[in-house]
Amino acid sequence: MTAADRQALEEQIYAYVGRAIGQPKKSMDDVNVAMIRQWAEVMGDESSIYFDQQRASTTAKGGIIAPPSMLQVWSMEGYPMAASPAVDEQRALHQIFDSFGFTGVLGTNTSTEMYRDLRPGDSVTSQTTIDTISEQKATARGIGYFIETVTVFTDQHGEAVGRQVFRVLKFIPNESNGQGAQDSTEQSGTPAPPVRIPSPRGQDNGWWWQAVDAGKVLIQRCKSCSTLRHPPRPMCGQCQSVEWDSIESALAGEVYSFTTLYHPKVPGYHYPLCCAVIELAEGTRLVANIVGIDHDAVTIGMKVQGKVEQVDEKTMLPQFYPA
Amino acid sequence: MTVNISNKAAIVGVANTEFSKNSGRSELQLAAEVVAAALADAGLKPGDVDGMSTFAMDTSDEIEVARAVGIGDLSFYSRVPHGGGAATGLVHQAAMAVATGMAKCVVIYRGLNGRSGHRFSAGVSGEITTSDSIHWGWYMPYGLLTPASWVAMCTQRYMHLGNCTKDSLFEVAYTMRQHAATNPQALFYGQPFDRQEYDAQKKVVDPFQLYDCCLESDGASAVVITSVERAKHLRQPGVVIRGVAQGAAANMESMTSFYEGEIATTQPMDIAAKQVYAQSGLSPEHVDSAVFYDAFSSTVLFQLESWGFCERFGAHDFVLDGSLRLDGRLPTNTNGGQLSEAYIHGVNGIVEAARLVRGGSVNQPNKEINHVLVTSGVGVPTGGAILGTMDTL
Repeated sequence: MTAADRQALEEQIYAYVGRAIGQPKKSMDDVNVAMIRQWAEVMGDESSIYFDQQRASTTAKGGIIAPPSMLQVWSMEGYPMAASPAVDEQRALHQIFDSFGFTGVLGTNTSTEMYRDLRPGDSVTSQTTIDTISEQKATARGIGYFIETVTVFTDQHGEAVGRQVFRVLKFIPNESNGQGAQDSTEQSGTPAPPVRIPSPRGQDNGWWWQAVDAGKVLIQRCKSCSTLRHPPRPMCGQCQSVEWDSIESALAGEVYSFTTLYHPKVPGYHYPLCCAVIELAEGTRLVANIVGIDHDAVTIGMKVQGKVEQVDEKTMLPQFYPA
Repeated sequence: MTVNISNKAAIVGVANTEFSKNSGRSELQLAAEVVAAALADAGLKPGDVDGMSTFAMDTSDEIEVARAVGIGDLSFYSRVPHGGGAATGLVHQAAMAVATGMAKCVVIYRGLNGRSGHRFSAGVSGEITTSDSIHWGWYMPYGLLTPASWVAMCTQRYMHLGNCTKDSLFEVAYTMRQHAATNPQALFYGQPFDRQEYDAQKKVVDPFQLYDCCLESDGASAVVITSVERAKHLRQPGVVIRGVAQGAAANMESMTSFYEGEIATTQPMDIAAKQVYAQSGLSPEHVDSAVFYDAFSSTVLFQLESWGFCERFGAHDFVLDGSLRLDGRLPTNTNGGQLSEAYIHGVNGIVEAARLVRGGSVNQPNKEINHVLVTSGVGVPTGGAILGTMDTL
């Protein structure tokens, strides 16, 4: 987008910060045992404190309470809203984003605070405010803005009973801005599943990855002094020869070190993900994944055997299994 | 070494901006503000500066910062590569320039929006094509994408070979947080943690949980360096650069030196340490306090061994003796470090080291501080420096 477009967008959107999206809304139904029971059943929560008055009265709560995580349920608009969505300031804000090409929307996270238990007979009123709009961010989904709304829930006495923060990303989907699109030839409209990040291929390493594509792991060998080297590089550090060939590794080796990754979770990879430095029988080391074993059972010194496998739609990689 | 740059140059001004998760301004503005503040601390004017040095990674060109601050003609400028490995490399550049007369007064700086802008924890993506993107290609397809994962690979082996357990990683992280808790500038001011809270944090990469990993923060730090002679007549007590050196090891990679020799170590730091001690004529027992580059808790352990404060694999016991605490043998990262003050790529560590020598740390240890060690990043070509009081000359 041009700087002028961005300025025009930001002038409009930031005017919404601090605005209530509409009038306070009183819930359609008061807190009631029937709805609590149905919700608890659907959620598989069998605690008697939600439906058995006699049992509940013997607990510290002294009677039936609504499950705290039901808080937002009391403020919901009912099924007809699916056919005719409410027209409010939040929707107007989203329409401004849409008109500038920020058509993607993704709920990113929410947090809720509950100040007291709700009990049958309580009446909940909610009001939502557009609290913050971030500066423009470059996200994995595309360029966008995070919009944070805050909903305050009050009871029939006007006392606050809870507060919910909800964050959405409005973004220009990557496919349409031409950046980071997985594959421009795919026209199906369904985004391709994410794949692992490939290695760039240049003159000094492309041949190695081409061999992996063909199912082999090669080790570069100096033609002059026969020293093996990995990762590949254009000159032999022992004799300065630039002449080289390669041998195929049998992929037998042992774990020299390893680590299991949990966070961040990058699209295209499965976590927990075990990465290791493998000491190959040929004498060079190779970084690769360890699979086929619980990551907690991997140990330094463990014997492993590798094979080149297709790990996703587009990626061939050496993977090592317990030998 | 034909020319000894020891005792030729001194730090005369230091500054940090505030540290935050969202500075609300450009990296260039952060750099300009912090350079101006460091000059003010020194009692110098922008026109006094004729040299500048920063990280290769910094997005604010020397001449842009100079123009913003009103610095005049420059006769020396340089950049140091390899991320946090550059930190004391800037001191190295400045000390050489001053010692050889290439510049009279050098300001070094680093400013980044490390939280609101590009976050290092996001890992490498291959989308930024640089000369070493092929190097990252040996790791990206396997998912070994982040600084935490690269350092973890060496740490796991270190823990396997030595007697190191999470107890010492906790002690490092805990001590840094204790220091931050009493530093109003620190992002974790007033927020100490205990072992239970540390153990409850999410796993990042084995063996690191959240509190073993440094912050990501917005902010900037700068340091002004001039001759020892001139330092005698300036506003602040001079902080002499007793020794400073860089180090890169044979057959190393940036962050992923997995292929030759023992990886449960930091050879580049060993190389730097040897030079700094030789250059300064000092040894570990002369060092009263330290600011180690602590991107991850384990890196402090590696460095304690590199700099000779304990034997190989002795760091676990050394830290469990409370050595890093304010009343310990080697009060360390008294600002809270990058684990708990802010992550300004190690340059906030140089600011803290200078303050310790001046006697003005917010957590100044209750003992005489004559020499303070400060280091650069671990796992990359790196460096370190020993700073001393003018009285030590």
